[in-house]
Formats: sequence, structure tokens, C-alpha cells
Amino acid sequence: MTALEPLLSVEDLQVAFKTQDGFVPAVRGVSFDLYPGETVAIVGESGSGKSTTAHAIINLLPGSGKVTGGRVMFEGRDLTKLSRREIESVRGREIGLVPQDPMNSLNPVHRIGFQVEETIRANGLATSKREVRKRAIEVLKEAGLADADQRLRQFPHEFSGGMRQRVLIGIGLSSDPKLLIADEPTSALDVTVQKKILDHLETLVQERNTAVIFITHDLGLAAERAENLVVMHRGKIVESGPAREILQNPQHPYTQRLVAAAPSLASKRIQSAVTTGASLAEAEVEGADAAFDLVTAAERTADVATPDAPPVIEFRDVTKVFKIRTGGPKSIPFTAVDKISFSVPKGSTMALVGESGSGKSTAAKLLLRLEDVTEGDILVDGTSVPGMNKQELLKLRRKMQPVFQDPYGSLDPLHNIGNTIAEPLHVHGIGDLKSRKARVREVLDQVALPETVLTRYPNELSGGQRQRVAIARALALKPEIVVLDEAVSALDVLVQAQVLNLLADLQAELGLTYLFITHDLAVVRVIADHVTVMQKGRVVEQATVDEVFENPKTDYTRELLAAIPGADIPLGA
Amino acid sequence: MIWYIVRRLLQGIPVFFGSTFIIFTMVFAMPGNPVLRMFGDRTPSPQQIAALEEKFHLDQPFLSRYFLYLGDVLQGDLGTTYAGQSVNEILARTFPTTLRLALLAVLIQLIIGVLAGLISGLRKGGIFDNATLLITLVIISMPVFVFAFVAQWIFGINLGWFRPTVGAGAPWSDLILPAIVLAGLNMAYVVRLTRASVIETNQNDFVRMAYGKGLSRGRVIPVHVLRNSMIPVTTNLAADFGILIVGATVTEGIFNVPGVGNELFKAINRHDTPEIVSIVTILVIVYVLVNIAIDLLYGVLDPRIRYVK
Repeated sequence: MTALEPLLSVEDLQVAFKTQDGFVPAVRGVSFDLYPGETVAIVGESGSGKSTTAHAIINLLPGSGKVTGGRVMFEGRDLTKLSRREIESVRGREIGLVPQDPMNSLNPVHRIGFQVEETIRANGLATSKREVRKRAIEVLKEAGLADADQRLRQFPHEFSGGMRQRVLIGIGLSSDPKLLIADEPTSALDVTVQKKILDHLETLVQERNTAVIFITHDLGLAAERAENLVVMHRGKIVESGPAREILQNPQHPYTQRLVAAAPSLASKRIQSAVTTGASLAEAEVEGADAAFDLVTAAERTADVATPDAPPVIEFRDVTKVFKIRTGGPKSIPFTAVDKISFSVPKGSTMALVGESGSGKSTAAKLLLRLEDVTEGDILVDGTSVPGMNKQELLKLRRKMQPVFQDPYGSLDPLHNIGNTIAEPLHVHGIGDLKSRKARVREVLDQVALPETVLTRYPNELSGGQRQRVAIARALALKPEIVVLDEAVSALDVLVQAQVLNLLADLQAELGLTYLFITHDLAVVRVIADHVTVMQKGRVVEQATVDEVFENPKTDYTRELLAAIPGADIPLGA
Repeated sequence: MIWYIVRRLLQGIPVFFGSTFIIFTMVFAMPGNPVLRMFGDRTPSPQQIAALEEKFHLDQPFLSRYFLYLGDVLQGDLGTTYAGQSVNEILARTFPTTLRLALLAVLIQLIIGVLAGLISGLRKGGIFDNATLLITLVIISMPVFVFAFVAQWIFGINLGWFRPTVGAGAPWSDLILPAIVLAGLNMAYVVRLTRASVIETNQNDFVRMAYGKGLSRGRVIPVHVLRNSMIPVTTNLAADFGILIVGATVTEGIFNVPGVGNELFKAINRHDTPEIVSIVTILVIVYVLVNIAIDLLYGVLDPRIRYVK
């Protein structure tokens, strides 16, 4: 290895973005080497500069971005000094790219075949029409699309996210590049799909001896997929080295916090926690933000859970059928939720787990009565939700509040935070202006936000702060039940850990009952008491969290568990 | 798809009845007596008045006049002007000229508008971009007739590049200046819309991916940026068409283009009920058809659009 010349050598790379106040540095002196056939993972939170580093390597920074220092040596050439035409010939042919968001990385107006073929033509892999088509089919077949010849004529929107990512992987590898940059290639996909796709990608790059830069926010995933890790924080590398070493013995405080917060890793730690307990405590002290520690959070939740308490929420053979409109005058029935039953005891957390399309979010909408049930009954405190009239429904909503996935979309950008949180009080006519203000301050304090945010607007807050505002709004009415629909999925790990910790605290304090909807089994481990696993609208498994993790009954649950990245990496060695 | 077209065409029926009725009512409410107007300064005898009123059903109550007219229209007869010409013939004579003028205007507005918008959008904040924004703002703020007179005076009279009015037979060369004027306002909107759309498209991941997979800038811009940016521009053409019709009426009057707009302008001055109502009705029908066509084109441009019944 050491005798070998590195394929790519990033030396003291600096990138800055031009803003109204001048240049703001995004990458501040990043250096690393990558040898042929090697995989390095760059890990960090959003805003850490990991994607910017990758884009700077192939000169794809957005208009306002600029390399302000350092070199990117690739096979003896400094990529930052190449002319536009020269870098165009490097991109695609020598350095492939698999982008972040498969949903938006294929042009929606062009057919799949067209987009693969133009790549092949641009990189000079074939010229005649027939050869180009033949090569396109090969590329897609290698990427794992078996019926590629028929699919060439389809449009991206006719493909699932997983299939689109296969197409993009095919495009990225189509000209046998020496280096592949995979920028969060599977963040938008379900865990089981993520596993399949990454397994496949691994086989492909091993066959070709392609070097890979793998960018991810998920430490567990990074450790599972790469030999070497580069941990980035605020534009700098805080730690780098062999993946397992970093995971098992993180040196830098930031890395220690990341390891402590990653739910995929925490799930394992609960069983083998004793040895890492000490280092965790240290990590907490080092952490600048409020203390958060998923292990204790999980234990606390476990204490609160009282399985014998009477059920607050009860689903009885609930079915929801949607009518899907077609081009003609008829519509097709689609069963989104198929005879599901479960009950949630007071003060506990029920997790509804499943992949996209499993019907878990529909179940939440039925409970909130944002959709009407087709058959079956939902009881809250023994009262049937579908049978409620308007007044009863208003009362129900007073004690049952939702928090949705997207903290950007669920806060009105034109209302300031104070008004947003006060709105439910206003709608339900609780108290006067003065007592409402006091209540808003109180909940703000509960979610650990400073009073100064009251007069600020959602776009001035970070994602984690916004999600706290959404939780504060839900708490304003002193609800008994909170429905959390993917409430932490869009958050960075550290913020996610804070929010999960907050939720556990609030539950212990206020005796709340949570219906927690998520696709991520790893999060379930630290927050829930009971799990209902859903697949294609049906319940496939129901048990306590411990039972599901220790002794999964169905293949589907086992598949979900196996797909948690990094779960099999032993920690605390 | 078929269902969609059928449904849209059916929706055109109430539009037809509604628009004819409204226009009929409005013309009815215009002050002045059309019969007296026909005689100019001379005063007709009561017999002459009675005869003419009977001929044009002016002695009938309002509603029956409307239905008599409607009956004729449904049989394909758009009526006779008070001067005795067949409206069908007038339209056959003037429509092709207006069509040519409109076509030329749409071409100018699209070619120049999209090109300027593209350059502005790609070089956001540059000199070209700022100049374009300023010029389009001036055009948008100016009424069509002012723009038309100014253009006529500068290019037609002072510089003599074009003939200030359109000659017999309305040759293409004479139509260029009125077409530019007619295109002006919409062009300003096309520039701004294209610019905004290009800026937005440029931020999409698929554009970065297009570069990332090795495509040259010369390919990415037309195939991935411009192509996608044209979707909102095309949709907006349907709304622009209304502005085009209004503009045509004014422009044709000023440049003396022998087109439908000019004819309509004269008919309004004459209070010529059958002619006004017929021409406007035809324009409404054309408007509805153009809108359906553009909606269908939208589906071609954006394959994600499905025409749900």
C-alpha cells in the first residue's frame, strides 16, 4: 500500500462561499489521500463541508462557491487548475458521481434511456446508435435493473427511489472511472433498499477496483462501508483513520459525541453499555449543548412504561381504502391500511415501523381523523374517533396533538414563533392573551428554547430548533397524546439525539402517550416501549421493543433489523 | 387523454353562451341609436327608421333579439353588419392577416424573450441581467398604444426603416414593426419568466448530475436547463394570448393593419352589434381552443402530467 502512489491527494483544500458579507469559508484546510481501489468515508453533519469537499474535487461547486486554497492532485494533475473543457473530460470518464438525492437527480422530462445514452456518448464509450443503446442496456443491467431493455423508454417518475438510484449508480460507473464519488447515495431510501443497493455497489466497485469517496451523515453506515473514515466538523477534519478504530476508540470530543448519539450504534450499546459508560459521561461533559445520552434516555423511558395501564389508543381492525383515479371514468380501490389492530397503554410509546408505503402514516392520519376510516374502529380513552361529531372532535384534538416530519413545511413562514405556538390556544379559546403568553413561555422552556425566539420567524431557526418549536406547539394545549410522524427523521444525529432525549423527558414529566411513526428501527430502540411492524398495510409483528430486537418473529422484521447500518460492529473494545 | 379533451371541449359550451350573452348585453347597453348613426348628419324619415329597425330586429325586445342572433350563429351565419356586409366574409378577409401578425409576434416574443431570459438567468446579477430587467420593467409599465406610437414615430417616420403604416395586401415586411410592438409586452413577461425559471432549474440536482456525468456545458444548457425551463413559459403562453388579442386590436388600429382587430375597432365605433358580438365570439372560441392546445402541449413537455378526468 505505502509504495503505491495515491490516486487522489487532497492537500489543504479551502473552499469559500460568496455572500453579501464577503467570503464565508465552508471547507478550511482539508487533506486526505485515497489509494486505488480504496474506500474512504467522509462523515459529518449537514453544514460540515463534506459535500462541498466532494463537489470541489470535481469542480462542481455552485456559482457562489470557490476554491480559495490548496490542491486536488489526481493522477499528477491539479484538478482545481484545469480549464472548463479539461475538467469536463475528467468528470464522468475518470471520476464518476453518484448524487445525493435520487428523486431529483434525474431530469424528469427525459426518458431513462436518453439520460444513460447521453452519458455514454459524452464520454465516448460508443458512437453508433445501436452500440450506444446496447451499452446503455448493459450499464443498467449491471446496476441491477434486470428488465433494462424495456425500462429505457420509461420516465424517472415511473421508477421507485431505489430503481432511480440504481440508474444513477449505473451512470456513475458507466465509463469505468478510477474514482467514484458517492454523495449520500442512499439517504433518501428505505433502510432495506439502502442495504441492497450498497451491497450491490460494493460488489461493482470491488470487481473494477474503483476507489470510492463515500459521503454520509451516518457514522454506522460509514464504518460498515469504508476502510477509512474522515470525520468533518465545521469545514475541518477533526479525526481520520481506520473506520473501526475510530468507532471503538474515538479520540476527538466531537467524534465521541457523534458515536454516542448515533442511534444505530446505541441500539447495540444498551446490551454492552457498562464499559462505555465512563467514556459517555466524558462525552457529555465535552458536549457544548445540553446533556443528551440516549442510553439513559432509553432507560428512563422504560421506567415510565406501565404495560398494565388501560389503553389510551386502540385500533380495532382498522381498514382504509383509497380510490385511485385513472385516466378514464373509473377509479381503482387501493387498500392502504388493512385490518390493523393495536393498543397503546397510557404513558407509553408505541412505535409504528415500516418502509414507505407500509401504511404507517395513513394510520396516524386516521387516528387524527385527517382521513376517515373505511372499516373498523379507533378508540381514544374508550370513545370512538370515527363516530365523533365536530364538537367532540375539537375536544379530542385538544388532548391529541401531532408533530410532523418536515419542520420546514409544518411551520407557517409568515407567523413568528410566539404566534405559532399560541395558535392552538387561540383556536381552542383557552385563557386570555396574558395567560396564553405565559403558557407559550412555559412550553418554550420545556423544549429548552430561549425566549428570544418568540419574535423570530421559522426561516431564522435551524432544523432542530424548528422541530422543537413544532413540539412546543403540540405541547401548548397540555395534550395527553402526541402523534409523532417521522418527527426526527429529517434531523442530524446530534439534533436527533437531543429531540429524542427531550421527548423522553417530557414523557416522564407529563405522562404523555406517544404514537411514534418511523421507518428507522434504530430510533425505536431508544424511544419506544412497544413496536408494531407494518408491511404493505398489514401488521406483520407486534411485541415489546426488547422482544423485537432480541427475538424477531418474522423474516421481514429480521430484514429490517439486518438493514440497520453498523449494528453488527462491536463497540467498546 | 381523450376524456380530458372531450371534457375540456364540453366546458367550452357554457363559455360560448356566457360570452355571447355578456357581449350582447354590453353592446345593447351602449348609448346611441345605431340606425341614426348609419345616416350620419342626415335625418332619416320615420318609415326608413321603422324598416331598418325591423330588418335588424331592433324593434324586438332584448332577449328575443339575442335568441334570434344565436339561432343564426348556430346555423353558421354570423349575421350582417348594419352596412350590409356579411360578417362571415369580413372575417374570411381579415382573419388571415391577423393570424400572420400574431404568428410573427409570437415568434419574435419567444425567440428574443427566451434568449434574453436564458442569458439573464445564467448570468444572474450581471450587466446584461440588470439591463434586461430595467428594459422589461419600462415596457411592462408602458401602455401598448404609447409603445406603438413611439415605435411608429422613431422607426417608421424618423429613421424610415419600416413603412409607418401597413400597405395593401399587408406584406410580411410591413407587418414586422407592428409585430414587434405587439410582441413587446408579452416579450417582457417571457424574458422575466424564462429568467426566473432558468435560475430555478439551474439549482436542481439533475443539472449538477448532468455535469457530473461528464456532459459539456454546451449540452447541459439546452438539454437540461432550457428544456425544463420552457415548461412554465409555455403554460404562460395561454394567458399571454389574451394580452395578444387586446394588443392586436390597438396595434392594428395604429398601424392600419387590415386585420380582425382593426375591424373590431371600427365596429365598436359604429355600434355594430352583430359584427362586434360575432368577432368577439370568434375570438373567445379561438382563445378557448388555444388554451386547450397549450394544456395538451404541457403534457408533452412534462411527462409527469397525467390528464385525470
